[in-house]
Amino acid sequence: MSVATSLALPTSGALRKSATFLYRRPGFYLALLLIPPLLWFGTVYLGSLLALLANSFYAIDEFTAKIVYQPTLATFKQVVTQPAHIDIIVRTLSMAVAVTIACACIAMPIANYMARYASPRTKAFFYVGVMLPMWTSYLVKVYAWRLILAKQGILSWLLDAVGLETALDALLRLPAVGGPSLSSSYLGMFIVFVYMWLPYMILPLAASLERVPASLLQASADLGARPRQTFRNVVLPLVLPGLAAGSVFTFSLTLGDYIIPSVVGAPGYFIGMMVYQQQGTAGNIPLAAAFSVVPIVLIMIYLSLAKRAGAFDAL
Amino acid sequence: MSSAIQFRDVSRIYGAVRAVDAVSLEIAGGEFFAMLGPSGSGKTTCLRLIAGFESPDSGTVLLDGRDVTASPPYERDVNTVFQDYALFPHMSVLENVSYGLRVRGVPRPEQRRLALEMLELVKLSDLGERRPSQLSGGQRQRVSLARALINQPRVLLLDEPLGALDLKLREEMQVELRNLQRRLGITFVFVTHDQGEALSMADRVAVFNHGRIEQLDTPRALYARPATAFVARFVGGANVVEGALAHRLSGRSQAFAVRAENVQVLEAASVPPADAMRCSGSVLDVQYHGATSRWLVKLESGEMFAASAEANSVATFGAGAPVTLAWSRSDAVPLASEPVAQ
Repeated sequence: MSVATSLALPTSGALRKSATFLYRRPGFYLALLLIPPLLWFGTVYLGSLLALLANSFYAIDEFTAKIVYQPTLATFKQVVTQPAHIDIIVRTLSMAVAVTIACACIAMPIANYMARYASPRTKAFFYVGVMLPMWTSYLVKVYAWRLILAKQGILSWLLDAVGLETALDALLRLPAVGGPSLSSSYLGMFIVFVYMWLPYMILPLAASLERVPASLLQASADLGARPRQTFRNVVLPLVLPGLAAGSVFTFSLTLGDYIIPSVVGAPGYFIGMMVYQQQGTAGNIPLAAAFSVVPIVLIMIYLSLAKRAGAFDAL
Repeated sequence: MSSAIQFRDVSRIYGAVRAVDAVSLEIAGGEFFAMLGPSGSGKTTCLRLIAGFESPDSGTVLLDGRDVTASPPYERDVNTVFQDYALFPHMSVLENVSYGLRVRGVPRPEQRRLALEMLELVKLSDLGERRPSQLSGGQRQRVSLARALINQPRVLLLDEPLGALDLKLREEMQVELRNLQRRLGITFVFVTHDQGEALSMADRVAVFNHGRIEQLDTPRALYARPATAFVARFVGGANVVEGALAHRLSGRSQAFAVRAENVQVLEAASVPPADAMRCSGSVLDVQYHGATSRWLVKLESGEMFAASAEANSVATFGAGAPVTLAWSRSDAVPLASEPVAQ
C-alpha cells in the first residue's frame, strides 16, 4: 500500500546521514554552531575593546604630540589626579546616578501596571508605546528636546500659559543644576537623559515583575502585610535583578553619551565628550582610551555593590 | 458556638459569568468545612472572598459576626494555604514561616522562637535554613501550612492543598490535616474537586455547581441522600434515572438516583424479588478494581448504567453478555430538579 511505503523509515541519503552524525555527536554540533559567532564576538567586540584598553597604557609625547609606545601608567594618573579631569568624572557620575534613580522611580509604576494590571491589549499598546521612541532617530529626539526646552520653547510657553513661569524661574535659579534656560542647564540635560533611557529601565523591570507570581503578593497580604510592606519585602527583592539590569543600561548609557551633553545643557564636559574630543581633534588616543576605562570601572564597582546588596540572589 | 464565617447573598460576577451566585452559608467555629465542586463551579472564588483577595459584587461577608465585606486581606483574621504554596523564593524556610510575625512587628527573637515551634509542629525542625526551592512538594506544603498557622488565625483556608502531591503523600497529609485541625480547634475551610477527599476529611461539605451551592450536608447525608442529579453524579458517581425510564420504573416522572453498589447484576433470565426495580441490558465493559469490579451496562432503552460489586461475589459476565439489573425500591433516592434552597 502506498501509505505504508510513504511512512516507512528512510535510511539512506547523504543529508540524512550527516544529520544522524550531528545528532549522535551533540558536542561537535554545538561547536559547529558556536564557533563562527564566537569568532565574531571575540575579534570584533572583545578584540577592539582590548586594543582600546592597550592604548590607555601608552602616553603622548607633550612636544611631538606623538604616541610613545611604552607601557606606562602616566595617562591613568593624569585622568585621576588632574582637578579638571576629576570634575568631569564627578559630573558624569552624578548625572548617571541621578538619571538612574529618576528612571527607576518613573519606570516602577509603569512597569508594574504593564506586568500586573493591563489587559493583553493594553499591555501590547504599552510595550509598543515604550519602544516606539527607541525606533526613531536619536539625533532628531535630542535636537527636538533642545527646542522644547529652549528659552522661547514650547515648555516655557506652556508654563507661562498656566502661570507657572515663576516656578520655572525658581528652578533655574537653583545653584549648580540651574542656568539661563532649561536647554542650557544641567536640569534640562537631566530631563533629556531620563527621557532617552527610560525604555531601557521599563522593559527589564516589566519583564522581572511579570515573573513574580500574583499568589506571592496575595500570600504576603494574607499574612498581614500592608501594600507598602509587600512591596518592600516581596516585590522589590524579587525584581532587583531586573532593576539591576535596567540601571546598568541607564547608568552606562549616561556615562558614555557625548551627544546629549553637547547639544543640551551647561558647558561642563562629560566623559563621553572628553573621549570624543581627545581621540578626534586633540589626537590624544591614550587619554581617550584611559577615559573610556572610567565607565567600565564604575560599572564594575556598581555591579559588585549590587551583588553584595543581594540583587542577584533571586536569580 | 458563633458562626466563624457567614455569607449573606454573596455574588461575584465576571463579565457575563456569575462565578458566585447569591450564595448564603454559615460555617461554625471549629468546623472542618469542605467546598467541593468541578473547576469553575465557584468554590475557589468563595475561598478568595473569605480571604479578601476578591470583593463581592453584592452581599455581605461576615467573619466572627463582623462585616468584613470591604476589608483588605491584611485586616482579616484568616490565613491561606495556597494551591501553589506561594512560598517566598528569596527567603529561607524560617523567614517564610516567621513572615506573618515580622510584618506585625513582633521582636526578632520572639519571631524565631515561634517559627521554630511551628516548624516542629509540621515536623520540619531541621530544614529552617533551606530555601523553598530545595524542598520537596510535601515539605513545601508543610512550610506553607506552618506559615499560615503562625498568626494563630481564627480560620485557615486551604485551596486544593493536596492537589500537587502523589497519592501516598496525599493520604498521609489528609490524616495529618485532620489531626492538626482537631488539636488546634480552629476552623478549616478546604477547597477540593476530589469528592473522596471532601467526604473523608470534612464535617460538612458544600457541593458547588455553576456558582451555587447544590447541597450542604454531612458527608454521610450527602452520599446517602443526594438532593439533586448533579450531586448524585458528582459525589460517588451514582446512576441517575430520569424521564421515560424513571416513569416506567417508579411510576412517577420524578428523577431518582441509585448507587452503583446497590445495583445487582443478574443473569438475563433470572427473576429478582417482586418489589425490586429491574431493567435489562448488555454489558459494555467490566473494570477490575481489585476489591471490587465495576460493570458498565448499556440498557435496552439506551441509557448507561454502572453497577459495582465485590469482585468475586457475582458470576462474571464478559463484555456483550445480556444481563438484568435490579435494585431495591428503597435504594432509589428521589432527586429535586432544582437546587434545594438552603
